[in-house]
Amino acid sequence: MPKQQLVVIGNGMAGARAVEDLLALGGGEQFDITMFGDEPYGNYNRILLSNILSGIQDASEIFINPLSWYEENNITLHAGSRVVEIDRASHKVLTANGIKAHYDKLLIATGSRAFLPPMKGSLGANGGLREGVFAFRTIDDCNGIMQTAKASKRAAVIGGGLLGLEAARGLMNHGCEVHVIHLGKHLMDAQLDTTGGAILRASMEKMGITIHLQKATTEILGDDKVTGLAFKDGSTLECDMVVISAGIKPNAEIGHSAGLTVERAIVVDNHMRSVDDMNIYVVGECAQHRGKVYGLVAPLWDQAKVFAEHISKTNIDAAYNGSKLATKLKVMGVELASMGITEPVEDRDETIQFTEAKRGTYKKLIVRDGRLVGGILMGDISKAAFLMQAFDRDSPLPDERLGLLFDLGTPSQKVTFDEMPADAQICNCNGVSKAAIGACVADGKRSAKAVMAATRAGMGCGSCKGLVNEVVDWFCGGATEEDPSVHYYVPCIPMAKPELVKAIREQGLKSVSAVFAALAIDGKPDAASKPALASLLITLWNEAYEDERDARFINDRVHANIQKDATFSVVPEMPGGITTPAELMRIAEVAVKYDVPLVKLTGGQRIDLVGITKEDLPKVWADLDMPAGWAWGKSYRTCKSCIGTDYCRFGLGDSMGLAKKIEAKFRGIDSPGKLKLATAGCPRNCSEAMVKDIGAVAIGNDKWEIYVGGAAGSAVRKGDVLCTVDGEDAVMKITGRFTQWYRENAKYKERTHTFIERVGIERARAVLVDDSEGIADALDTAIDASCAAVKDPWKERTAPKTENQFASLLPAEV
Amino acid sequence: MELAIGKLSQIPSGEGRNFAVGVLRVAVFHTHGGQVFATQADCPHKSGPLADGLTDEHSVVCPLHDRAYDFSTGAGLGNECAIKIYPVRATADGTILLTLEAQSTDQKVA
Repeated sequence: MPKQQLVVIGNGMAGARAVEDLLALGGGEQFDITMFGDEPYGNYNRILLSNILSGIQDASEIFINPLSWYEENNITLHAGSRVVEIDRASHKVLTANGIKAHYDKLLIATGSRAFLPPMKGSLGANGGLREGVFAFRTIDDCNGIMQTAKASKRAAVIGGGLLGLEAARGLMNHGCEVHVIHLGKHLMDAQLDTTGGAILRASMEKMGITIHLQKATTEILGDDKVTGLAFKDGSTLECDMVVISAGIKPNAEIGHSAGLTVERAIVVDNHMRSVDDMNIYVVGECAQHRGKVYGLVAPLWDQAKVFAEHISKTNIDAAYNGSKLATKLKVMGVELASMGITEPVEDRDETIQFTEAKRGTYKKLIVRDGRLVGGILMGDISKAAFLMQAFDRDSPLPDERLGLLFDLGTPSQKVTFDEMPADAQICNCNGVSKAAIGACVADGKRSAKAVMAATRAGMGCGSCKGLVNEVVDWFCGGATEEDPSVHYYVPCIPMAKPELVKAIREQGLKSVSAVFAALAIDGKPDAASKPALASLLITLWNEAYEDERDARFINDRVHANIQKDATFSVVPEMPGGITTPAELMRIAEVAVKYDVPLVKLTGGQRIDLVGITKEDLPKVWADLDMPAGWAWGKSYRTCKSCIGTDYCRFGLGDSMGLAKKIEAKFRGIDSPGKLKLATAGCPRNCSEAMVKDIGAVAIGNDKWEIYVGGAAGSAVRKGDVLCTVDGEDAVMKITGRFTQWYRENAKYKERTHTFIERVGIERARAVLVDDSEGIADALDTAIDASCAAVKDPWKERTAPKTENQFASLLPAEV
Repeated sequence: MELAIGKLSQIPSGEGRNFAVGVLRVAVFHTHGGQVFATQADCPHKSGPLADGLTDEHSVVCPLHDRAYDFSTGAGLGNECAIKIYPVRATADGTILLTLEAQSTDQKVA
């Protein structure tokens, strides 16, 4: 059978998703696919535009399918070609730049554009938005906003919905004063009630954003340049740029001109076909189904699936039955989940509510006949997964209502996964169920990463990654039989780390040789296991650890990093990369005096003197007269920083001061792997804090986001946000707590990025932030004790610890 | 012929030190259990300093790329290199006596 021609108008998330789903069903055999896109790019994840605006991600990071994807799947892509006409009689589409294409089946996925409320002075001479006025829908919009914001003093955002607030947050990161103008009585009317809106408003205003409610903008003022806004109540607001984010308007004109039924959008049946033409399908924000137009991503995925199954005839009964709206998001650091209605509607509706406005926590559920019909969670959304599932499935709720709002500590996660129904959705963005993950694991994909690559779970907004990890773990845990020795902390002792720690503590084993004697299979030492045990013992015993220098790797015996020619590198401490002319002069003098072959700036913002002989080490340290930089061991290494508030015009937090504090406290702490930290004074993240083992990013108003498990070495991984804290003291506390938890639980040489992927960020958050295991205080105490026990090893220059510690060759007394 | 090259106390327990014997450099190890071994100074793989390696009672691990060698045979453990072993012993007063004729190191471990 010859292939049919499928033409897709629209290359956004909906069009691309629909085609992906079709290809997954073998649609490549049935159809020659041609796609037309308005924008000159491949398709990208529009949800993440706010990250681009905030500077958290780069435009290149949000593309879903690179251009090569089209080639690989034999799809003809016409990017930057706007379809202007559909000729239904001759089955042809025509673009503005003159391309004609024949179709047997047509998919309209033109999406939507920003809705521009009627007001004077918003348009320029060419009919588009005038200079200084932007929508917030495309990469080009983002680029325009970012460029203009740089030179802007005060920006106004019209619209206090989700997107408007994200735009506001992005703008704030670019250093201008931000005002949000909202027509409604409270922010985010679609997702929040009055109380929730007020709490959100308070959080935003604390961060320095001014909110104006119940304001209708009538005019954008200024002749050449924007100078302000005028409102219906007669007041005005000065500003020099405007972002309009007042909702969306479906791009349905093409349907209208083709003679299809269009109300708010193109009207479709349950198979996602136009009600007028069975050869034309419509999905996404340009489709109207049962009177509803959806602007969220989850309904779009459902629609794309129905389209793919129906057009490929893999399921001719495939039907879309509408979507229940539930969403989980983060607005300016405030975590938020919302589902269904926001206020009780009927007499029988029961409201369960908890408010702690000061901490920004608000929870409200609306229950009808024992089932959840609406809910708002702010601040603490730990119950969101359960509640959203109950809402989506319309399942009966337990009678114990308190447990709906809080974790009362009873059912463990494992029980939850056991009980979770097979078709429960794990990834809402990509519609991946527990069963689909199970099938994938059964198919041999045994890591969360492999499962994510195969199912796309966790690849949308990314908020469910932790959950996906846990589900994969759960499936693997039940189904895999592993060689037990892979779990041993060291090969010669048949114990995983927790058992080993227990045995060491119970038997009071304080030296590496004592551990071998008591616990090794043959009671004998094993050279390769020594450093791992030394690292563990110092973590457990601090000052009571009986140090045997032969248990240390050479770097830790001479406090320098061995090089390929048996010389060493010396890196003095330089917290946050901050130094002084006096230090620089001393370093230069040392480099000259010892004829140092290489002086190199390191990636950790320090200076490395490379090629120093073992004999010279103590002399070099003495002449430098600076503390050790600990650049050799499995230990805390350094904390990078950016300029922060001292000089940077964008700085929101004192990143240099914080880096100094962190280094002063944690320097030299032994750990399973290297710990490289950074502090960033704003989310521009110049110090790369998001790819560090631990990174603190100032987001304004003395708040810091703490990232953990980042990596930019042999593995590259963006850290997960562990939590957002108030003030530098809280950063210090969480940094210490995470460090100690990692020290106690990671395998030797397991860096934080692997550790976090193994344990899951959600578990880390539960243990370290919510103290679910009641160990937070103990961790804090332990890390403080360890910090206190660290001594500057370069002081051994005057008091060597072993015979000939710094000798590389002894004369024979022949 | 045995040469007295120094005292065992010059080498910390469990570690190794290089001795200059004429033009030759020899790595001498003093294991945690009190045994003494002597080997060629540099790792045959990439010339790493074996005296800086980690030891146990029967082997040393090169600090550069973790190649391990058996003290008594010189054979690589899990690698195809091999090192020269020199007969060595300590007297009751801790004097290290080294014999320079290297033992056969022809045997290679597959």
